[in-house]
Amino acid sequence: MARIDLVDLAHSYNGNAAALESFALKPVTMTWRQGGAYALLGPSGCGKTTLLNLISGIVTPSRGKILFDGGDITPLSTQKRNIAQVFQFPVIYDTMTVGENLAFPLKNRGVPSREIDARVADIARLLDLTPYLRRKATRLTADAKQKISLGRGLVRSDVAAVLFDEPLTVIDPELKWQLRSKLKALHRELDLTMIYVTHDQTEALTFADTVVVMHDGRVVQSGTPAELFEKPAHTFVGYFIGSPGMNIVPGEVGGREARIDGHTIALKRSYDDLPAGAKIEIGVRPEFVDVARPRPGLLSASIERIDDLGRIRFARVRVGDVKLSARVPPGFSIPDNTAGLVFDAAHVHVYADSLLVEGRT
Amino acid sequence: MDKTVNQKAWLLVLPVFAVVAFSAILPLMTVVNYSMQDTFGNNQFFWNGVGWFKELLDPSTDLGGRFLASLGRNLFFSIVILSIEVPLGIVVALSMPREGWQVAACLVILALPLLIPWNVVGTIWQIFGRPDIGLLGYTLNSMGINYNYVSNDLDAWLTVIVMDVWHWTSLVALLCYAGLKSIPDAYYQAAQIDGASRWAVFTAIQLPKMNRVLLIAVLLRFMDSFMIYTEPFVVTGGGPGNSTTFVSIELVKIALGQFDLGKAAALSLVYNLIILIVCWVFYTIMTNAGAERSVKEKKA
Repeated sequence: MARIDLVDLAHSYNGNAAALESFALKPVTMTWRQGGAYALLGPSGCGKTTLLNLISGIVTPSRGKILFDGGDITPLSTQKRNIAQVFQFPVIYDTMTVGENLAFPLKNRGVPSREIDARVADIARLLDLTPYLRRKATRLTADAKQKISLGRGLVRSDVAAVLFDEPLTVIDPELKWQLRSKLKALHRELDLTMIYVTHDQTEALTFADTVVVMHDGRVVQSGTPAELFEKPAHTFVGYFIGSPGMNIVPGEVGGREARIDGHTIALKRSYDDLPAGAKIEIGVRPEFVDVARPRPGLLSASIERIDDLGRIRFARVRVGDVKLSARVPPGFSIPDNTAGLVFDAAHVHVYADSLLVEGRT
Repeated sequence: MDKTVNQKAWLLVLPVFAVVAFSAILPLMTVVNYSMQDTFGNNQFFWNGVGWFKELLDPSTDLGGRFLASLGRNLFFSIVILSIEVPLGIVVALSMPREGWQVAACLVILALPLLIPWNVVGTIWQIFGRPDIGLLGYTLNSMGINYNYVSNDLDAWLTVIVMDVWHWTSLVALLCYAGLKSIPDAYYQAAQIDGASRWAVFTAIQLPKMNRVLLIAVLLRFMDSFMIYTEPFVVTGGGPGNSTTFVSIELVKIALGQFDLGKAAALSLVYNLIILIVCWVFYTIMTNAGAERSVKEKKA
């Protein structure tokens, strides 16, 4: 159990000499508190697995430090770091039974056998593996194998953090839910720091209380699911999280007004000193744009199609050359293919060079 | 649904039958035919029934004695080279580099002995071991070790065994290396996290993941060593005395040296049968292991 601090941590697979821009993980400084459930979310190749492997010690960082509870563990080997890791594909020792698999880490550390038995029994009960303890581990299903991989981490009473590297990739969809809620329950019960790498936003948002979104080797935002949804710090977060993603529209912004396609919409905050020469974009989630009957004063758009997601309907509309998604209010019917767009001013954000600009209220 | 009766497919299979009959069945039947008869030359044959087979399996007769003695030597030889080549091959595979240009270099060096024809290997070692001009033989003798594979049984055996190890350990090593390469990195990383020692990694991960290729390696090496002919024949000619006369060497002596076609035919049939049985046992073990695995996977 530990608080994890990353201090100016960065890594390049080409060694130290490479230019910082080419690093797989650009310098990051952040603190993960003890007992938190974190998700590292991002597309393939964004550096999230690199970050995870740096923490577990499989990869040694090109620069920076990792602290567990304030102590520098950067030079320590994986064995000495007291972390547990669950990999994408279940790792099972073929020749051993489930019980022997669970006992393996303790046996390697010379724990007395009576203590091993007690720990294994505890963990097996926690993971619902008790009936299988004497079975050969290779005969089990993929989700049971993943539970064993997890269990091998949990049996050690001193484990500082549990790391998950896309652990549900090989699990059947209907079992994913079960295993995910099992992880949640374990997290509550054991008060462990858990770090979960995934590219699936649903997994990240349901598992974690803090989601760290990564893009191109950088941490672009770290926050609660609600923060990521309501106030994306980077256009990438807006676009990557949410389904459909945030509308990002080029426009001009001055004071409390934004102009899109020659039309002015009101903003809740005032933007006076935007950096000169920056690419200004306006971002608004489809949930905060409604289609309405066209009338003067509304941004007019042509509707291309309507996606019915059951609970909610989204219209795919076009304004000039720009495509947007907008909510279709319940009971609204479209007379023809043109509509007006109603923006919820409180949720319209302004981005300069992809970064959120905080307006003055 | 009614199937249309159409026997045309037989026409397509027929050429294969003909080829197999000419290349395998007819020669084999000829051997069976010979094994039941005796000849005194002149292309005259006399019916002998199972006489040769009875003699072959009776150690008190000349034929049986020679056959069983050479069979014993051959089994001993196979066991010895297997118990050296398999562990050695595993060790070599484990100590090979995992990546980089060294991999290619190692593979090429390892593959070299496998590319040398059997009789060349025999010739190399025959000269290498000679006390008068061979590097090995001369060095050993000048160090005061009395080494002479022509006159000493033990030296002859050692030479033949070391030669086989030199020639074939690479095969085991390459097969094991392929098995090792197929283990995903996550296994090693997990073992590291679990605090496994080097030995634990070997017994818990590497050996179980290699067992299929090892089975193949053992099968191939057993078959090859059990049928060995060229190399010991070139080096020792089966001697000194009969001490390195393996079954195949004995067979050639009887068939071509003495021209006892009946005895030789009976011997080769029994020889063949032994190899078939061993092959079948291995095949059964392998497919059983495979079937067990696929059942597991189906359940998974």
